[in-house]
Amino acid sequence: MSLRPDLAIIADHVEPGARVLDIGCGDGALMAALRDARQVDARGIEIDAGNVAAAMARGLSVVQGDADIDLAGYPDAGFDYAILSQTLQTSRAPERVLEQLLRIGRHVFVSFPNFAHWRVRLSLLFGGRMPVTRSLPEAWYDTPNIHHLTIDDFRAFLRDRAIVREREWFLSGERRTGATAANLLAAHAIFLIRRA
Amino acid sequence: MASAAEDRRFGPQRRVTLAAPLALDGGQQLAPVTIAYETYGRLAPARDNVVWICHALTGDQHVASVHPRTGKPGWWSRLVGEGRPIDPARHFIVCANVLGSCMGSSGPGEAAPDGAPFAMRFPVITIRDMVRAQARLADHLGIGTIAAVVGGSMGGMQVLEWAATYPDRVRAAVVIASAARHSAQNIAFHEVGRQAIMADPKWRGGDYYASADPPAAGLAVARMAAHITYLSEAGLTAKFGRRLQARDTKGFGFDADFQVESYLRHQGISFVDRFDANSYLYITRAMDYFDLAEEHGGWLANAFRRSSTRFCLVSFDTDWLYPTSESRAIVQALNAAGAAASFVELRSPFGHDAFLLDVPELNRLVDGFLRAGGL
Repeated sequence: MSLRPDLAIIADHVEPGARVLDIGCGDGALMAALRDARQVDARGIEIDAGNVAAAMARGLSVVQGDADIDLAGYPDAGFDYAILSQTLQTSRAPERVLEQLLRIGRHVFVSFPNFAHWRVRLSLLFGGRMPVTRSLPEAWYDTPNIHHLTIDDFRAFLRDRAIVREREWFLSGERRTGATAANLLAAHAIFLIRRA
Repeated sequence: MASAAEDRRFGPQRRVTLAAPLALDGGQQLAPVTIAYETYGRLAPARDNVVWICHALTGDQHVASVHPRTGKPGWWSRLVGEGRPIDPARHFIVCANVLGSCMGSSGPGEAAPDGAPFAMRFPVITIRDMVRAQARLADHLGIGTIAAVVGGSMGGMQVLEWAATYPDRVRAAVVIASAARHSAQNIAFHEVGRQAIMADPKWRGGDYYASADPPAAGLAVARMAAHITYLSEAGLTAKFGRRLQARDTKGFGFDADFQVESYLRHQGISFVDRFDANSYLYITRAMDYFDLAEEHGGWLANAFRRSSTRFCLVSFDTDWLYPTSESRAIVQALNAAGAAASFVELRSPFGHDAFLLDVPELNRLVDGFLRAGGL
């Protein structure tokens, strides 16, 4: 089973045997991979009932819930890693969600599509329309993405709150791409962060 | 030694009288304690394939066998049976009639040590007392660890109590359309039912067993009121609307003009043939007293503090008797306790009753959860 590229990077960097909370875990592909390859004790939150059922059928512990409201019940530092993959831009209150994640997890993985990618810029610059790209495939009126952000936005957000950037990875399509000019060239970013 | 298949403890329509008295939450000792139960399937040599089923308020041990009084199929034969998620071909299935009920387990209708029915001399019991009695039945059957305890509604309360009281004996728990405590609204509806029974002159302070003329009218009203809480407004409207029953115009009287009235009357009348009014009083009382957080210092997470049980919780979006928020409160407590918990809200038009009806998603979910646990 091959994981989505951002999930594959996350999976490669979770320590074996860790306790992991995957927020917006979908059908549990990452959790299953972590459990099977790294003996990780994984828990998930997912908003879609069909996805929850699919993950449960894989033997995973997944709770139907919403990252915006259901993280408060989890204890402080209850997990080694909290994972928020491609969900930040869909949450109503991203700052509060990140605060909760940094409270719950000792380390936090965040991945998101980069709205400053050159394709997005060109689309808006020359097309004059909201961009519809491979990483942002929905039209403006039915997109779940309500808080678009760029790599530089996220770095500034972390800097302003003195949140530590432990590692970062960038993707263009399926391929890894360098940190140089990532804000322009990367379609996706993955950050590993923690509290100072 | 006799093989498990020939073991006289196993099979349909069994009864056992426990050797020692049962200490109750109310402070009394109950003896003798008889438990009626059924088992299906074969106990694996490693005794690791036990699925223990807890029934709801007016349920019984005939979870997947024909009811001896009504002739109807088992109450959960959609979930339990050959080719079903809980399958006697793979699982050793046990279902006991709860303490206080009227299908063979000790209850107000059974004989007290003096030979006369207990009636209202039966001690008030709790959900935890019911579970303690079941644990004693498990001892009798030679079952230590139970692979999965499964139940809906009051059955779900027992499942929670099993996991909280015997954390080392329960590997997995399935709680469907249930709650960790009875709300004021739940208690209020039950009180209406109890008052209907006790207001029936034939109730006679509970001493009606010798007369063969039980408080049927009161019990039927209790069932009618409760039955409304098991359905949803949308379901009732879809099924009956304001349609009239076997007539074209309103009768300007108090016959059952509306189909929904006639349906409720039928529900009430058919219920009195199979259920005992005093049992209804005792079991609704046990449910009203149920508050798992209160039993654990006021904090629900404490109930699951030592738990290594895997939990699966399911609610239905139209259930207003035990709404999704009640399941969420349990899930939050399980998360706070670090327990392994899964939860999903299923869509169904059938209200609380959905857990007994044909909901394919529920079957898939239970099947997936059990199989994922190696069952």
